[in-house]
Amino acid sequence: MRPVYMISGGITKFTKANPRQSFRLMVKESFDYAMHDVPKLRHDMIDGSVVSYFSDHFTRQLMAGIMATDFLGLCPKPNKRVEGGGATGGLCFQAAWEAVASGRMNVCAAYGFETMSHVNTWKGNEFIALASDTNFDYPVGGFYSGYYAMMAVRHMYEFGTTVEQMAMVSVKNHKNALHNTWAQKHLDLTVEDVRKAPMVAYPLTLLDICTMSDGAACCLLASEEVAAKVCARPVKIIGVGCGTDAMRMADRPHGNVILLKHEEPSWYKNLKYPGVHSFRAGRMATKLAYEQAGIEQPLEDLDFVELHDAYTSSEIQTYEDMGLCRYGEGGKFIESGAPALKGKIPVNPSGGLIACGHPVGATGLMQAVFAFWQLQGAVAQHNNGDGAIQIKPKKKSRPLRGAIHSHAGTGTYVTVSIMESTQ
Amino acid sequence: MPGKEVPSGKSAAKAQTKPRYDKIKLPETDEGTMVFNLDPLIIKQHYAIDYLHSYAEDSPFFAGLAEGKLRGSECIKCHYRYATPRACCMQCGKKTKWIELPLAGRIHSWTTCYFGSEAFLKETPFNLALIEFDGINTLLLTRLIGPTQEEMRVGMKVRAKFRRNSKFDPTDVYFVPDEPVARREGAV
Ligand SMILES: [Zn+2]
Repeated sequence: MRPVYMISGGITKFTKANPRQSFRLMVKESFDYAMHDVPKLRHDMIDGSVVSYFSDHFTRQLMAGIMATDFLGLCPKPNKRVEGGGATGGLCFQAAWEAVASGRMNVCAAYGFETMSHVNTWKGNEFIALASDTNFDYPVGGFYSGYYAMMAVRHMYEFGTTVEQMAMVSVKNHKNALHNTWAQKHLDLTVEDVRKAPMVAYPLTLLDICTMSDGAACCLLASEEVAAKVCARPVKIIGVGCGTDAMRMADRPHGNVILLKHEEPSWYKNLKYPGVHSFRAGRMATKLAYEQAGIEQPLEDLDFVELHDAYTSSEIQTYEDMGLCRYGEGGKFIESGAPALKGKIPVNPSGGLIACGHPVGATGLMQAVFAFWQLQGAVAQHNNGDGAIQIKPKKKSRPLRGAIHSHAGTGTYVTVSIMESTQ
Repeated sequence: MPGKEVPSGKSAAKAQTKPRYDKIKLPETDEGTMVFNLDPLIIKQHYAIDYLHSYAEDSPFFAGLAEGKLRGSECIKCHYRYATPRACCMQCGKKTKWIELPLAGRIHSWTTCYFGSEAFLKETPFNLALIEFDGINTLLLTRLIGPTQEEMRVGMKVRAKFRRNSKFDPTDVYFVPDEPVARREGAV
């Protein structure tokens, strides 16, 4: 495998509804943004592309991927669609990594989109819930917020996690997004605001849950040779991992924890794992990515994390899957301030999905673009001069380093990718 | 010119179209298009499909509900026991056999939904629960009927009930409390 670099990225501003642009034009806008940022890269140097969108129901256009591709002038070069629920964008990013790492391509474009405003919110919930078992889950009352609520309830039961701790995640991420011009929502909230918002599925309120969005994102990945030639500040992708689990969360085993390098079996003697309180796919993705990147102490070896906070509860669950704290300590972790912007390991400095929006096929790529700007030290440059959320290196002895985490279903597909500054 | 003349497409069309097709028109209908907005132009498009959905290898589960039976699966190799049927084992990939589940269990986790997918909006608020059974390794997703959000709790003893008029979907079975219900003390 060859080293792979991200050399540019672009996103559209995610909005509740963008009826003035088709998905093709949104992809084009994000692609043009990325191309503009790396002027030495000629269009004809792109060897092929990967495209991601989640739901054919939202698009109501099969093979929509090629319609985005032919808008970018990338035909007749190779292209394929990658799809895996909420992790669609993360899988797309890793598919582009594979294309370059294998030597098949020197430059690969990865782009994704979702147009969720074309149906009402309730219909949208239904389309998303069709990504649960349609024989056994969906007909019972298919509703993803309901599924996540049951996981949150079990996390509360097992570990004593509180609704206030979950609300703190929403407050933190929304506050970060106040300094992100790309975010869909700019809200200055309190824990009380979150708890007083309408209850969607106990214990999750409207402010514990991300909204639906229209938007697109694009990442350009390249070999070392091309990256050095065209990009002044390329970002190296030093680890990729992917994990999976059964579609039905009712089928999840109650066995032993998959341990990360820094963990001891004695920590989890009485924990039945993953049950419905943890994501085995997230742990597997983390383990593989950390091993490839050589990360042994995530709190020391990472400077920030952009993770899939579709629900405040799932951000807490993911702290644990990613080894930022022990299983069961996610609630205390947010309470300690560790994942805050100025904390030990800032989590979702961009504002995450909860504030930035979640146009599914674009989301994982959006995280990569935000991480890329962080690692270039270029947040202010892409953010109307506001660099308040720019992360500074924790240690002088190594380059600035971040992790992105993309997540599907009730934890069916999860990807983790580790990226590092080359400055 | 003598002999056969091959007419060029162009001149043949010119000769024939005018008189013959001049009066042909697409029939006009009074079915209109619902327009939400003119700039950009946003119209309504309807989309509905009836499927011939086969439950295939899962059919005995749904047939069982009509008989008041709850059927799960047991792996023929590793003997992992599933509360929701599956023809192949998640642990080892081998085939499973049908087993009968107990009709009583406990709430492993729960929620009360106040919003939902369009199909279930009219039923809100409703409770979803994951049920655990003695001797079975996995859970069953079901509706829990009766208790309010304040009365639901992890560990509550529950029992299965079945619709008399089966719909042949997983809502043919639902669970109700199998113990006295009171306002919950803790958060869950
Ligand atoms: Zn087995």
